[in-house]
Amino acid sequence: MTPAGALPLRPGHMSERLVSREEVPVSNVSVPDLECREVTRIFGEFRAVDGVSFTVEPGSFFSILGPSGCGKTTLLRMIAGFLEPTSGKIAIKGRDMTGVPPNRRPVSMVFQHLALFPMMDVGRNVGFGLRQQGVPRAEIDRRVADALARVGLPGIERRRIEELSGGQRQRVAIARAMVLEPDLLLLDEPLGALDLKLREHMKVELKKLQEGFGTTFVYITHDQSEAMVMSDKVAVMNNGRFEQVGRPQDLYYRPATAFVAGFVGDANRFVGKVVTTDGKGIVARTDDGLEVRAVAAADALAPGTRVEIFVRPEAVRMARAAAGSDATAAEANHAIGTVQDVLFNGANSRVLVRLEQAGQRGGREMDVAIPQTGEYADLSRGERLSLAWAAEAARAYPARADGPSEEAGA
Amino acid sequence: MTRISRRLFACLAASLMAGALPSLASADTLRLLTWGGYAPEDVVADFEKETGITVEVTLSNNEEMIAKLRATGGGGFDLAQPSQDRITGAQAEFGIYKPLDLSRIDASLFIPSMLEATKKNTTLNGEVYGVPHVWGTSGLVVNKAKAPDVKDYLDLCDPKYKGRVSYRLKRPTLIAFAFAMGEDPFAAYGDPDAYQAILDKVEQKLIECKPNVKTYWSGGDEILNLLRSGEVWAAMAWDTGGWKLNAENPDITFVAPKSGALGWIDTFALPKRGRNDDAAYKWINFVMRPEIAARITAAAGNFTASKGGDANVDPALKARFNESFPPEAIDNIRWYPPVPAGLEAMEGAVLDRVKAAE
Amino acid sequence: MRRREVGISLYLLMTPLVLWLTLLIILPHVAMFVVSLRERVGVGTYAFGLSNYLTFFQEPLYWNTFLRTAIMSVLATVLTFLIGFPVAWYIAKIARGRLGQALFLACLIPFWVSELVRTYGWMILLRESGVFSSLLQFLGLADGPVELLYNDAAIMVGLVYTSMLFMVVPLVTTLESLDDSLVEAAYDMGASSWAVLREIILPHAKPGIVSGAIVVFMLSLGNYLTPILLGGKSSLWFTGLIYDQFITRFNWEQGSAFGFLLLALSSAIVWAGLRLSGQSLRDTMART
Ligand SMILES: Nc1ncnc2c1ncn2[C@@H]1O[C@H](COP(=O)(O)OP(=O)(O)OP(=O)(O)O)[C@@H](O)[C@H]1O
Ligand SMILES: [Mg+2]
Repeated sequence: MTPAGALPLRPGHMSERLVSREEVPVSNVSVPDLECREVTRIFGEFRAVDGVSFTVEPGSFFSILGPSGCGKTTLLRMIAGFLEPTSGKIAIKGRDMTGVPPNRRPVSMVFQHLALFPMMDVGRNVGFGLRQQGVPRAEIDRRVADALARVGLPGIERRRIEELSGGQRQRVAIARAMVLEPDLLLLDEPLGALDLKLREHMKVELKKLQEGFGTTFVYITHDQSEAMVMSDKVAVMNNGRFEQVGRPQDLYYRPATAFVAGFVGDANRFVGKVVTTDGKGIVARTDDGLEVRAVAAADALAPGTRVEIFVRPEAVRMARAAAGSDATAAEANHAIGTVQDVLFNGANSRVLVRLEQAGQRGGREMDVAIPQTGEYADLSRGERLSLAWAAEAARAYPARADGPSEEAGA
Repeated sequence: MTRISRRLFACLAASLMAGALPSLASADTLRLLTWGGYAPEDVVADFEKETGITVEVTLSNNEEMIAKLRATGGGGFDLAQPSQDRITGAQAEFGIYKPLDLSRIDASLFIPSMLEATKKNTTLNGEVYGVPHVWGTSGLVVNKAKAPDVKDYLDLCDPKYKGRVSYRLKRPTLIAFAFAMGEDPFAAYGDPDAYQAILDKVEQKLIECKPNVKTYWSGGDEILNLLRSGEVWAAMAWDTGGWKLNAENPDITFVAPKSGALGWIDTFALPKRGRNDDAAYKWINFVMRPEIAARITAAAGNFTASKGGDANVDPALKARFNESFPPEAIDNIRWYPPVPAGLEAMEGAVLDRVKAAE
Repeated sequence: MRRREVGISLYLLMTPLVLWLTLLIILPHVAMFVVSLRERVGVGTYAFGLSNYLTFFQEPLYWNTFLRTAIMSVLATVLTFLIGFPVAWYIAKIARGRLGQALFLACLIPFWVSELVRTYGWMILLRESGVFSSLLQFLGLADGPVELLYNDAAIMVGLVYTSMLFMVVPLVTTLESLDDSLVEAAYDMGASSWAVLREIILPHAKPGIVSGAIVVFMLSLGNYLTPILLGGKSSLWFTGLIYDQFITRFNWEQGSAFGFLLLALSSAIVWAGLRLSGQSLRDTMART
């Protein structure tokens, strides 16, 4: 990463690194930058973070994805040192952080609302941490200029914070954290305050910056697309627990729990009961009378078990029913429906199809991706479509006690 | 006229009348500017019963009385009670009083010598502005158990009593110390240079005396508390205060100083723009009746200029008075002559310097 | 038609304010200024002149009294700030909710009684035969009665006690508006508590500090009873001088001049303070 000479002069920081070097065996390559073991935080009766364990490899981009209130910020604040875990251990670069105050931890944090200091100009903001370490003035100036250049904002030291645009502030906040060359950079939904367009842009920027600095990022967000686009690894968090940790592709194609399947990416969700089983394969009858063939995502499911089944929109094949074509005949699951709505969105266009097999309740809708062949460019309301999907594309999970009631897609 | 406008008119008329009522009543109100104890509630009630005149009492002191009347050009009150020495100077300078119509005052109610002396001292350009009401003295209030040797003002400066002495930083203190130092400040009233020379000596003395002073007291309650708690052993203060403490603690009493107690007489005077002279004269003639005067003495602690007014006074108070004032001490009382206008400025500069001195 | 109605109601709304300003604030000051320019020549006769102002500058006593009053007031302001700041921080950042409100109300306690009663209360506590003296003796910390009253420290206690609310309120307001994440960010970047206070909290609270300080300074400067009753025998206070000129010396001319000088000099001190702290009055007013 950084040459030893460029290490921050913070005395505590230096010795921390030295100690960690000495402690670890010669093959120190495998020491994770961050390791959490059974970290729990309880507020009164409420378990905001509940037995979370994970490791973050050096130089990687690690995201924690979860709905609002699931405990992301609480976890991050424990890593930064603003909160002590009720139980469990946090180690950074192999060193136990218990009792180490935030100003002595080798981590920097980018706050949800950035927390730039309005009373200082950009240069003083970025140089703040270096000043605290007593770095000589000339060196501060040099390193501040360098950090600002690396985030693409050279020469704006004398500007006031209010004069900056949202994206510029974002980058100043990152420069301010990065100039300290932390082992670990924590980011708490740093794009939350930006407008959509800028957010899309900053996603890419952030990933590039991370690669450029080579620093380990721990990034929290409730926006799955942010997590998916930038991360090497993503942890999906719900109700204070990690549901699954894995590469974005793992989460998308092999979600481990019903929550992950519903939360990551879009999916059609069916709720029903297992009728027959055949090893991993099952046949289930949904509450609205549809028969669905699926595979159990994890453990085998006994007949009679209530299940949730998820089918991705792009896993469903479609054909114009009128054409009488047999394109969908080979698949395990079939359905006929009428087009309810066409949701045109370029490459992500979808069609909402109302299924005919649906029973008394007036039918349910399915969300289906429109193949980008041009064949369906003239698809319009009221047309009949035949749909089909493979049993392997329908993943079944034991139903959650508190799961949402049946509906299309997440 | 519609019904609504008629009702409106009725309302308006009613409120106008209601508004007029207080001003009607005020025609028979006496606004009295006086000292604490000079208009006890029971006396006011009897007066109201007898005459139907309501009395509004405002408590004050000499300086504030003059300041108030000066601010309003002599308005706002129907009767005031400044000390006799503070009338002609203020009148000459600010014109805040009107001459008394002596024919409307029952002279037979007054002790003649006191009436004559007061008339003389409050005469300006041939007009009389004041008649006497209550009189008293200031001198020494001493805790005999702790400071048995305090007999005159200068004894307050005895190093024995370091930090146990108190007096006011006001003109009576200057006058008192001047007498104690063998000067006659009253004789020098008319001669500013001579008066300044005396003041300079007094200033010197007061600065020397400063280490003895615990604090310069400013309120009557304050000095009583200091003496009562034993924090102060001897003070220059009013006779009534001494007698009041004597009733609680026989060790403390008022002592007429060797160089003479300072005698003051509070008077009746008519503010220039008073609206109800009738009521004012009625009040004067009412409170000077001997039996009423005795009640005022009981309330204020001081004797009045009412002839026979001391007949009904509490024997205990009389006993204290007699103990503090043997006959020769009464003869030795220094009655304040009228203060010429402008004297206060000279005194003020001295008082400021004493206060500032370390 | 509509517009005219709006205009009239606006005038109606403004009238009391304008009347209040003119009748109660501007006119008395103009009158006072005119009086201050009169010189007493003899009984009842006056001439125009500046001698009342000259007196102030020529007589070291008055000058020194003003200086002493100003210095003591500055000191009272500093002390009030030093005590008030932790209190305000506690109210704004730590004891949110009920406890915070209770503490806030506690700052109001001095105002439940009149200034005179409040001052007498301190006299009862501090005097030689008072509560603190007895307590010290009871605890064996003193052999005999201790006089805590009649000195400058007693004045200071009285002034700070009376002023606390006026410092705490603006401080709480500005501190509440301080985003906690700024403090955490600074801390996260390795700042010590002292550095956080100096670089983040104080700069943020500056408008509150300045407006609190102005109010406390002016209140202390204009206080009359506390210095007179609690102060020692040498304790002169400028307002006391003004009172004496007006009431006991009947010298309204001199009193008015002193009043005006107090106004001018204290404004100058406040202005200097604002300049020193790099703050403008408008900023201060707008931000608190
Ligand atoms: N200091 C606290 N005391 C009590 N409860 C708390 C405290 N801090 C957080 N919580 C609770 O813990 C839960 C998790 O909060 P947290 O701030 O970690 O959520 P989050 O995942 O960051 O949500 P968001 O995406 O909205 O920021 C919430 O229900 C919150 O109410
Ligand atoms: Mg959060």
